[in-house]
Amino acid sequence: MSGDCRGCADFSRASLLRRAAAEAGRGLPAIEPGMPLPAGTGLTRRSFVARSAGLALAVYGAGSLGLGRFEEGIASAASGPARTVLVSIFLEGGADGLSLLYPDGDPRYRVLRPKLALPAGAGPAFAGDARLRWHPALAPLAQLDGEGKVISLPSVGYTHPDQSHFTSRHYWEVGATDQRLLTGWLGRALDVIGTTDNPLQGLSLDGQLAPALASAKVPVAAIDGVSYSFWTSHVWGQVEERMLDTLGHLGAARRSDPGLAAAGAITTDAHRLRQQLLPFSGDKGVTSPVAYPTGDDSFPQRLAGLAALLAAGLPLRCVALSAPGGYDTHADQAGDLAKGLDLTARSLLAFQRDLEARGLADRVLVHVWTEFGRRAQENGSAGTDHGAAGVGFLLGSRAAGGLLGEFPGLTTGLDEDGNVRATADFRAVYCALLEQWLGVDAERVIPGARAFARPKLVR
Amino acid sequence: MQETRRRGVFTGEMSLPVYRGPFGPAQAERLLWRAGFGPRRGEAKALAAKGLDAAVHSLTHPGPERLVGRPPRDDKGRRLAPADAWGHDHLWWLDRMVRTSRPLLERMTLVWHDWFATSNSQVGSQALMLRQNALFRRRALGSFRDLLFDVTRDPAMLLFLSGTQNTKDAPNENYGRELMELFTLGAGRGYTERDVREQARALTGWQNDWRRGVGPTNFRFLADRHDKGMKTIFGRRGRFDWRDSCRLCLEHGSHRSFVVGKLWSYFVPAPPDGATRAALERLYADGGYEIRPLLEAILRHPALYTGPSMVKPPVVYTAGLLRALGRGIDTTDWVWLNEMAGQRLFYPPNVAGWDDSRWLDTASYRGRWNVAGYALRPTQLDENRAKGKLPADPEKLLSRALASTGSPSLDARTTELLLGFAHRALGDAKDDWKRKAYPVLVLNALRQLIAVSPAGQVS
Repeated sequence: MSGDCRGCADFSRASLLRRAAAEAGRGLPAIEPGMPLPAGTGLTRRSFVARSAGLALAVYGAGSLGLGRFEEGIASAASGPARTVLVSIFLEGGADGLSLLYPDGDPRYRVLRPKLALPAGAGPAFAGDARLRWHPALAPLAQLDGEGKVISLPSVGYTHPDQSHFTSRHYWEVGATDQRLLTGWLGRALDVIGTTDNPLQGLSLDGQLAPALASAKVPVAAIDGVSYSFWTSHVWGQVEERMLDTLGHLGAARRSDPGLAAAGAITTDAHRLRQQLLPFSGDKGVTSPVAYPTGDDSFPQRLAGLAALLAAGLPLRCVALSAPGGYDTHADQAGDLAKGLDLTARSLLAFQRDLEARGLADRVLVHVWTEFGRRAQENGSAGTDHGAAGVGFLLGSRAAGGLLGEFPGLTTGLDEDGNVRATADFRAVYCALLEQWLGVDAERVIPGARAFARPKLVR
Repeated sequence: MQETRRRGVFTGEMSLPVYRGPFGPAQAERLLWRAGFGPRRGEAKALAAKGLDAAVHSLTHPGPERLVGRPPRDDKGRRLAPADAWGHDHLWWLDRMVRTSRPLLERMTLVWHDWFATSNSQVGSQALMLRQNALFRRRALGSFRDLLFDVTRDPAMLLFLSGTQNTKDAPNENYGRELMELFTLGAGRGYTERDVREQARALTGWQNDWRRGVGPTNFRFLADRHDKGMKTIFGRRGRFDWRDSCRLCLEHGSHRSFVVGKLWSYFVPAPPDGATRAALERLYADGGYEIRPLLEAILRHPALYTGPSMVKPPVVYTAGLLRALGRGIDTTDWVWLNEMAGQRLFYPPNVAGWDDSRWLDTASYRGRWNVAGYALRPTQLDENRAKGKLPADPEKLLSRALASTGSPSLDARTTELLLGFAHRALGDAKDDWKRKAYPVLVLNALRQLIAVSPAGQVS
């Protein structure tokens, strides 16, 4: 880690604690002084298994509603017309925009990045701006761009950028430069267009509530893993199978004592549920029409699962998950960055092809974002420190294509801290997504929405 | 007062029946689960030897606390920081449950935590939650009157139910309503919305400061924030303050039956018969709001020993497993495991506490399975090391599994099913290696099944 990293020495620890707060949906004293509480803090979390959907869900903000009602809610929402879906993909840590779309043709690029500059002509040419090229690992996105399915945002952010991971991320999550806002922008959109009985409308695929989905009125959910498995140490194979069968027998035994009978009934339910969800456990649960990248990281499998959920007609509207890789690249940036981008881009391409094969591609738009870009000048550890504007993408068959904002250049395009200036405001993107994709009046969701011009995002 | 004292302790209240059936290890085991956290090794037998009256007396008069066993540690072997470190509040209390020599006192501390449910999700201070916890422990077996007075001015409660936001200029009904509805009288049992408003006025005057780095602090009563005007509560008029507010509830005609019914429900699943209820109410009223005589009567009542069994609350289940295994707190895993099982200490779901009638569902059952798996983990045998050292004999393996899990009493059907499992699983071992290894796997599986069987969920 570089010495001049401000406010992120404890990035992973704080990030972990923050996640714990979001997971429990409960308050945590500010970890760093002045660090905003994640959106969704205070939402209660209840576990629920939607049998109709074959999913074990953690439901947030269920309020007084009985979990039993969700079965009906999900079923009734699923029987309605198919609706558009927004998938939010977060590159956590602040991805280096000057590598994602690198300014190969900017005279200052190799001055500012003596070690980190990518070789001339290394990546695919970028159609939107002759000065820029795609990072070689983003070739799959370049391919989609060639098909007109990508909108690129070479320099997206906001004025008076905050270089704290948590504060900047919070702004993006809540859709406003407001430290105190405790609901996410997607959560507030769902408060308008969602229903009180369908938690699948806002779905986190990372196992805990994504703060952007934190709602005030309607329930949202996180998949706690599709598997409902039972494990104990040093029991396996045939003995394990017999043990799990015995669970069923123990539950089914007739008992006159009402307490024991109730415990038996739940044991039986758990046993049955385990059998019902067996097909969803592990990788065998999802059959995809295309090949996804394989490996240890579950990101491609999560996207494959998401396509399968959509194909099964489940009533999803807003979905959030984190991309693989670490983007807080203060040291030895090149290798780490390429690895994360490679898996992310290949997975997103597979996801798009999957949706196309399933006939779902017109319903899904993917938004790729990060909390900030990185300093134009590389640091002494072959890395980069926190910057201002970053790069973002919108992907999908109905994405309008082209550029949103422009690359401001490294001569006049840097602010007084040496960071890239924003040429597009993330809130303008949100307003346009809300109105053109989700069908919500942005003024009901984004504070001060009137001030932002709406770019055309959808065709 | 004099008269009550004579009657309160074991001289026998005429209309309060006392269990006079056999009091063996099985009855003592149930008593230890209901009035504590289950037996340690040999404890049920030792308690049974005292006879019922002396056994109950030992619980209600436990003497000074001794903590038995290894002090709690986190995963890295460090001492706990209950007021500061995430989850250590939970571990700290769980350790008391596991190691205390005063199980009923600790169990009543848990009862009051549920009764006056306060959640750190809103309080936001582990230190203040622990301070409230100390109050519950100090008052655990004493006077409900003293307890109510102390709770009403407890900082965590003042934050949780807006006590310090309740001023004469802007009355807040939060505490006043719950004081009657949940703490002393019961919903719809003899008070009006006007009483709620007037109670709120009577309860005005509390104030606290907020200091950077400390949080909420300096809780105090300020006369100039208190509404000194006339109030009418339950038809009585006066310039009532917070003490009057509590006193009026204690003197209300619905209070006795509320306390008796609610307290009973923590120990016996079926409601008391009319005569028992009336006698308990008299005992409470004559005893000047003392809780100990009520506990003595309930713990000696035939309904506890001859009535149906009760589902163990999740933390009681966890603490009981650790007590039976002789294991101390050595990992923070218990925090998420108990949350998964449905009970994270200091985070009740709302002001009404946990729903004690709904501890078990398929999600929390899986939580209990994991609690058991983690509790047993260090003492499960490794088949590579223990192979060939165990008899391939179902009976012997079962008695060994029982002995190593605290010798819980199982019903005949459970025993039969466990033996059947062991018999079949051992029969699967066709080759030499399996014949040596399977007895080890079967022993491990039996230990897990004993812990998660329906019989293991109830007492």
